Amino acid sequence: MADAKAVPRITASSRWARQTRHGDVFFWLLTLFFALVIIGLVVVVGVVTYNGSAEARAAYGWSFLWGTDWNPIETDLYPVSFGAWPAIRGTLISSLIALILAAPTGVAIGIFLSELCPLRLRQPLGFMVELLAAIPSVIYGLWGVAVFANWFNDWVANPIANTAGQFVPWLAGPIAVSRGLAITGTVLAIMILPTVSAITRDVLQAVPNHQREAMFSLGATRWEVIWGAVVPYARAGIVGGIMLGLGRALGETMAATMLVGNSTRIEPSIFMPATTAAALIASELPNSVSLIHESSLIALALALFGITLLLNAIARYLVWQTARGPAGEKA
Amino acid sequence: MSVNIQTNMLTYRRRSWVDKVLRGCTIVATAIAIVPLVLIIAYVLLLGGAALNWDFFTDTYRPPVPAGVDPRTGLPIEGMGEDATAQVQARGGVLHGIVGTLMVTITALLFSLPIGILAGIFLAEYPDTPFNTFIRFCCDVLSGAPSIVIGVVGFTMIVRPSETYSGIAGSIALTFLMVPTIARTTEEILKLVPNAVREAAMAMGAPMWYTTLTVVVPTALTGIVTGALLAFARGAGETAPLLLTIQGNSNLSFNMFAAMAALPILTYKYIESPFPAENQLAWGTAFVLTMLVLGVNLLVRITTARIKR
Repeated sequence: MADAKAVPRITASSRWARQTRHGDVFFWLLTLFFALVIIGLVVVVGVVTYNGSAEARAAYGWSFLWGTDWNPIETDLYPVSFGAWPAIRGTLISSLIALILAAPTGVAIGIFLSELCPLRLRQPLGFMVELLAAIPSVIYGLWGVAVFANWFNDWVANPIANTAGQFVPWLAGPIAVSRGLAITGTVLAIMILPTVSAITRDVLQAVPNHQREAMFSLGATRWEVIWGAVVPYARAGIVGGIMLGLGRALGETMAATMLVGNSTRIEPSIFMPATTAAALIASELPNSVSLIHESSLIALALALFGITLLLNAIARYLVWQTARGPAGEKA
Repeated sequence: MSVNIQTNMLTYRRRSWVDKVLRGCTIVATAIAIVPLVLIIAYVLLLGGAALNWDFFTDTYRPPVPAGVDPRTGLPIEGMGEDATAQVQARGGVLHGIVGTLMVTITALLFSLPIGILAGIFLAEYPDTPFNTFIRFCCDVLSGAPSIVIGVVGFTMIVRPSETYSGIAGSIALTFLMVPTIARTTEEILKLVPNAVREAAMAMGAPMWYTTLTVVVPTALTGIVTGALLAFARGAGETAPLLLTIQGNSNLSFNMFAAMAALPILTYKYIESPFPAENQLAWGTAFVLTMLVLGVNLLVRITTARIKR
């Protein structure tokens, strides 16, 4: 609204104008206040998780992050201890599996939607991909548990475990239940596809046409144009989109809680039950047994928030660099 | 990345083959993304649709009872033998979940609408400064933050001190998730309002705040409502923050200061249950949630298409 200044203000000398002469300043302050509230919300998230995790930080310090034992309840064999490594490891591995599956696929979908898709299909296909993002995560979990798990067991997990798993410990069986990092990562991949593909599509559409025309004029095929002139131009934005997808995968809770198996033992195989940070918080915080237990879970949340904040900042910067304007709000 | 282009026939054949194959790959990738979407929606429609009946919408949780017993009266059904108790049935419905979801989400909407809309006005109607960019970044941080973290905030901030799970805690947690959506959509829509509209009002001598409130916002009202609907759909589907704040409840409760049920929580609890009848209810709740999301998204699609034209 910079043009408002250019319009000469008519200072009507009516009573209404006199009574409301501070209206502009007042209204600006009002909207400013609510804009500041948004900053306040972010601060609240940081401060509350920081304060809530005070006991855990006092007891463990940084070693909390690589402690390998998570024992909320005292047993004969193990004292009470809270080490976040099983959860962090599970989060990293499942997100990595999701990335390996979703990054190439998502980028390919983005390329298709922006460069190759017939115009008539562009709208409906884009809408369908965005719908994937809108479906609540608990429904992914439901579908994963009730439908996908058995299929995954029969066609993916068992064949791999019975062949490559004989030699590679992290692919080994035996597979008792279809709960583990592999299936979690696969479902997470489906969930982050829309993020990656929507942002890829947006940054590719921001690539100026002269890039394409110049390459075509040299006699390149369509794929060479895409791979040689369009994708490199938008590389930073695509990487940003992949990072935002990673951020979603790291923090995904419900699907992970339902599919990961919630076991805090560290198993070598990706087909065995494990846990992720988000799943651990969701399953244990409502029935925590002690203050330090609660505090450790809140510390995990703080770690998650810190990581996603960092990823978001870097990714937004990269996308903004490419598109000169934040793209991909749809995700 | 650099592509060396030579124009002899042999490399041309190879290049056109590579072109075809890789373009095919992108089509395959898109198909791969559509398949799970279609599968999920098909399963939810088929299994969820089958679970819907009158009881589903009007009844609350009922404990599983042997199949030979009438779940309403608790008396044995005539003509069923004693051995019918081997099977287990759990009828009942999710009215408590529907009520809880509506109450918690609408309350959250009441909290987040003023914040979101006024912040959106600030972002769109006043000059763009680095400060605005920072606020947009804060919105992105909030919508990018894992929802479980927001749940933990609600738990630590409200549930812990008050020592009770409550609907209001859930509403406040959802507010964190809805505000960024509303603020950003409001901003986008207000930016679509042509400047001529503002200038016309200004020329009539209206001060800027009056212009914004009586001309610009009403012009963009459809879009703002759209944003609110999107936020509502997002909030209604959230599970993780609600698990930690409203906890769930098997009874019909209208008390915002005690534990409440919500549809996504019921989906989560019922699918883990050993009783097929309760699994069916889970599909039913999934059906209701999916329809809500689908409906809102289609509506948004139609409205934005109309506005942009």
